[in-house]
Amino acid sequence: MEAIILQILNGLDKGSAYALIALGLTLIFGTLGVVNFAHGALFMIGAFCAVTLSRILTLSHTVIDDTKTDFLGQPLKVEVPYVYDMFGQATGEAIIDWAVPLSLLFAIPVMVGLGVLMERGLIKHFYKRPHADQILVTFGLAIVLQEIIKYFYGANPIPTPAPDAFRGSFDFGAALGFDPNLIIYPYWRIIYFAFATVVIGGVFAFLQFTTFGMVVRAGMADRETVQLLGINIDRRFTLMFGLAAAVAGLAGVMYTPINSPNYHMGMDFLVLSFVVVVVGGMGSLPGAVLAGFLLGILESFASMGVVLNILPGINQIIIYLVAIVILLTRPRGLMGRKGVMED
Amino acid sequence: MFGLTKKDTGLLIVVAILTLLAPFILNPFPEGSAMAQFNAGYPDLMQRFVIFGIFAIGFNILFGLTGYLSFGHAAFLGVGSYAAIWMMKLLTMNVLPAIIISVLVAGLFSLAVGWISLRRSGIYFSILTLAFAQMSYALAYSVLTPITGGETGLQPKVDDPRILDAALAEGATPKANIFGLQMGQSFDLQLGGWLFTFNAGYYLAAVVMLLAFYLSIRIFRSPFGMMLRAVKSNQQRLNYTGLNPKPYTLAAFVISGMYAGLAGGLLVAMDTQVGPERMFWTASGEVVLMTILGGAATLIGPVLGAGLIKYMENILSKINKDVLHQWFAFLPDGLEDFIVAIVYPFVGKGWHLTLGLIFMAVVIFLPGGLVEAGQRIARLFRRKTQDKTTPAKTEPAE
Amino acid sequence: MTKTDVTRRGVIRSGAVAGAGLAVPTIFTAQSAAAFTNEPTGGTVTLGFNVPQTGPYADEGADELRAYELAVEHLNGGGDGGMLNTFSSKALQGNGILGKKVEYVTGDTQTKSDAARASAKSMIEKDGAIMITGGSSSGVAVAVQALCQEAGVIFMAGLTHSNDTTGKDKKANGFRHFFNSYMSGAALAPILAANYGKDRRAYHLTADYNWGYTTEEAVRTSTEAMGWETVNAVKTPLTQTDFSSYIAPVLQSGADVLVLNHYGGNMVNSLTNAVQFGLRDKQVNGKNFEIVVPLYSRLMAKGAGANVKGIYGSTNWHWTLQDEGSKAFVKSFGTKYGFPPSQAAHTCYVQALLYADAVTRANSFNPCAVAEALEGFQFDGMGNGPTLYRAADHQCFKDVLVVKGKENPTSEFDLLEIVEITPVGQVTYDPSIFGGNLGTCNPGA
Repeated sequence: MEAIILQILNGLDKGSAYALIALGLTLIFGTLGVVNFAHGALFMIGAFCAVTLSRILTLSHTVIDDTKTDFLGQPLKVEVPYVYDMFGQATGEAIIDWAVPLSLLFAIPVMVGLGVLMERGLIKHFYKRPHADQILVTFGLAIVLQEIIKYFYGANPIPTPAPDAFRGSFDFGAALGFDPNLIIYPYWRIIYFAFATVVIGGVFAFLQFTTFGMVVRAGMADRETVQLLGINIDRRFTLMFGLAAAVAGLAGVMYTPINSPNYHMGMDFLVLSFVVVVVGGMGSLPGAVLAGFLLGILESFASMGVVLNILPGINQIIIYLVAIVILLTRPRGLMGRKGVMED
Repeated sequence: MFGLTKKDTGLLIVVAILTLLAPFILNPFPEGSAMAQFNAGYPDLMQRFVIFGIFAIGFNILFGLTGYLSFGHAAFLGVGSYAAIWMMKLLTMNVLPAIIISVLVAGLFSLAVGWISLRRSGIYFSILTLAFAQMSYALAYSVLTPITGGETGLQPKVDDPRILDAALAEGATPKANIFGLQMGQSFDLQLGGWLFTFNAGYYLAAVVMLLAFYLSIRIFRSPFGMMLRAVKSNQQRLNYTGLNPKPYTLAAFVISGMYAGLAGGLLVAMDTQVGPERMFWTASGEVVLMTILGGAATLIGPVLGAGLIKYMENILSKINKDVLHQWFAFLPDGLEDFIVAIVYPFVGKGWHLTLGLIFMAVVIFLPGGLVEAGQRIARLFRRKTQDKTTPAKTEPAE
Repeated sequence: MTKTDVTRRGVIRSGAVAGAGLAVPTIFTAQSAAAFTNEPTGGTVTLGFNVPQTGPYADEGADELRAYELAVEHLNGGGDGGMLNTFSSKALQGNGILGKKVEYVTGDTQTKSDAARASAKSMIEKDGAIMITGGSSSGVAVAVQALCQEAGVIFMAGLTHSNDTTGKDKKANGFRHFFNSYMSGAALAPILAANYGKDRRAYHLTADYNWGYTTEEAVRTSTEAMGWETVNAVKTPLTQTDFSSYIAPVLQSGADVLVLNHYGGNMVNSLTNAVQFGLRDKQVNGKNFEIVVPLYSRLMAKGAGANVKGIYGSTNWHWTLQDEGSKAFVKSFGTKYGFPPSQAAHTCYVQALLYADAVTRANSFNPCAVAEALEGFQFDGMGNGPTLYRAADHQCFKDVLVVKGKENPTSEFDLLEIVEITPVGQVTYDPSIFGGNLGTCNPGA
């Protein structure tokens, strides 16, 4: 029982990461009809926004400490961050500690800017081209972005911890009346789940309740008719691309304390997020979110020792197996629309 | 000739000449010169050119003709490789049975995968093939370790049974051969400062590729090929005419899977080792990129794309800072360092960056892939010669 | 025309100078000239450094490459000589190898066995490399080692920790200086028992591939021999990035120690996740919950950041060692690059020197002569105390370091502290336990 509750928690948390990325991908598919292989790279860039901000905050000048020596026997150089000088050590430490949440503010303009730039500069020219060309150009872009990050930050993962206040885990079990320590869950992951819910809710509310969103939805359904009505749908779609990039980027920022970011983390997520989007059904936002959570939970169950003892290796393939079963029973995924990317 | 039109025969002959003379063409720079770094005429790379050429040709039969984008073709290559290495471990080091079995096994596997995946079309089909390939990779890496060797893969060992072969001499290592001619054997020809290597394995692979290429031309030009194109352009119309497209697409899928298996078998024949990464999704992605980069739905495009990617992977990645300094040593010191600093991020460990930039450049400026570049250049020349000839013709009239 | 098994560029490259003057095409006959693959006949000898330059281990590969460049510098008589001064064998004079200047070519393994073999083949076929070395995973090491055996060159393994490399997949032309899973287990167990007690209940998370299996088995066997109980062992996919669903059930199992048989990115993520779950703040069975990482790498510890604090593991070498060899190496590496070397850099540097020394002592580049010189070779002054290159499986036997994540690091490199140097006697095993067949050395020709 406890094990099952725990894996549901896990699945929700994992699923929220999948759902966030898939949501952004679907926004781009649905609005622009573009297969964006660079979406994983956007997620990665978001994560590196957090790394960059914490690097900026820890920019330091060196002070030579004569009392200690470094590994070559020379006097030790101690790095003192500028923020200590500006705000005093205590405040400075607190600012550095909160680098990841602060990065959210930093990442939004960066990601929206990058998204708009990408759409105007590159993707725009590929609307009428075959999907294969879109795949090639965005895959090329993904590699380039990745290599640029690798050039500046190296290939190793870079630790970016959550603020001290969110370390450790919350004991659900004790709260629900089970024995302590049975159902524990890290604070930061709970925050990640909450954050994902807010972002997903926000995107849906935006599309559902604003005029802008309504026009975009109309454009998704029938682009030509909306244009015939004299609405400049292109500009709105550009903004949607920016929004999708921001969603991916924010997902990346918040993900950094969970796993130390590295330059190829985008590629690791890319294939998975495509599977999620397709299982959800092309062009369906609720489908993408639903599939994200569903696959997250199933993946968690498949990793339970009891399950693995019966079906060894099931944890390796569960996502793909589920994808196959769903696509064979429901031709357009869970909630896909007819005719979207079926040819 | 060979039941081909004049134009296709011409193409086949050109390709045949290029492949057979590859040891010369790929080694344009004398040994020991600074440019020798760019020579690609050594056996391993030449073998890879033709083998991945076969893989891409086969992929193009499915993708170029029917428009079905398979994202899991590496699985067939991998399965073919595993079948081939097991033949070498159990039967004989002769590569023929290994290659034949690899084609058959890959064909069977692709029949199963295709039969299921072709129930869907478009991106749903792509994801289904991707899922099968990823499952094959994950299982081969982990729970199937007893069969696949897992992470460390499989190689022929001295103490394998090999029931058809005579016992190995003491101290000998098992080597892939075709009726005694070892795949690793080469003839070296030195002409002045140039060195040309003619490798037995390469020529075996090259002949197989020419056959595969010939077969693909025949398929492209056959009624069957026309039918596949009809599937691509309008499947609905095909349905309305009372034809069921499924058997045709399935046949195309299996044929291209067998091509992949053939490539896998040849890989093992040339280099007797298999690892599961061969089936990872990036390997499937690579063949997609090769085909689009070269020019999908063209005959020669995929081969060019395969060549370009393998060339980058093997030549560009080996240029290190030292080599750069040697190249630019004639420049004044400051300038030398500056140029090396500019070039260095694009070569050696940065070769992926150049690859990404080339992908983007090709698809932006040459929508038809490398083939289009060739056509444009050809057109340029033709126009020039026309410009020259037309006035000559009109002059008498004036 | 002559038949050759593998092309002999080394011969031909030097012969090209003579050939270039000839106007008449000549067909070069190599058979009489060369006794083995890529025999160097000119004034230089080419070594092939095959390291991961792209992919997750690119930084480790870059550090290996730095070490090789340093080794080449020292072998050619440049720099301060590094470990040449402390090495017990004095055969190397700083005049290259056997008087030939050392040159090198580099390649990218991509941490994929296919790419690694392609790269190594190009070094052998195109550049005339006489020895291949480097790499950062056992899959690659085993694949390249088999290739070198076939081609008839020596392979000096880089970072590879699986028992298989010198166990079931050992080859006569391949040599490994790095330690292995078995040694990790044997060195760790007594320290764990001494610090955490003998009645512990361990939960293993194991990377689902060969290296993971051997490491789990080694740690299990040696800890169970100390009286520990293994509660559960769960395999995790190599491609897994988020380990939460594997770590969450650990506490429910009643285990009080978590052993993470992971390396590289897997280890960084699983350790980060485990610490996130607050496992180390918990009390189970009245004891503090502990985490163990059998194979530590400083570069990867850096990726896990503060999470490594207080966590035990084993390592091949660490730059804080105070013997003369280590100090000399750290000094020349640090002076040249500005930071201390990693264990990957150390093992690669040592391998390059050992190869050069063996060639010099054998007075031949012939792989069979080199192999003979390395087999049973005993040496010292290379950072791990007295070391033996065992003839039976081509594995080095030397002291193993047990380390712990440092509580108060003074710099980004000072992440691990040495807890104990386990003497070689305690980690030695019978070569027959892993099976495999060394075969006989292959000189190529």
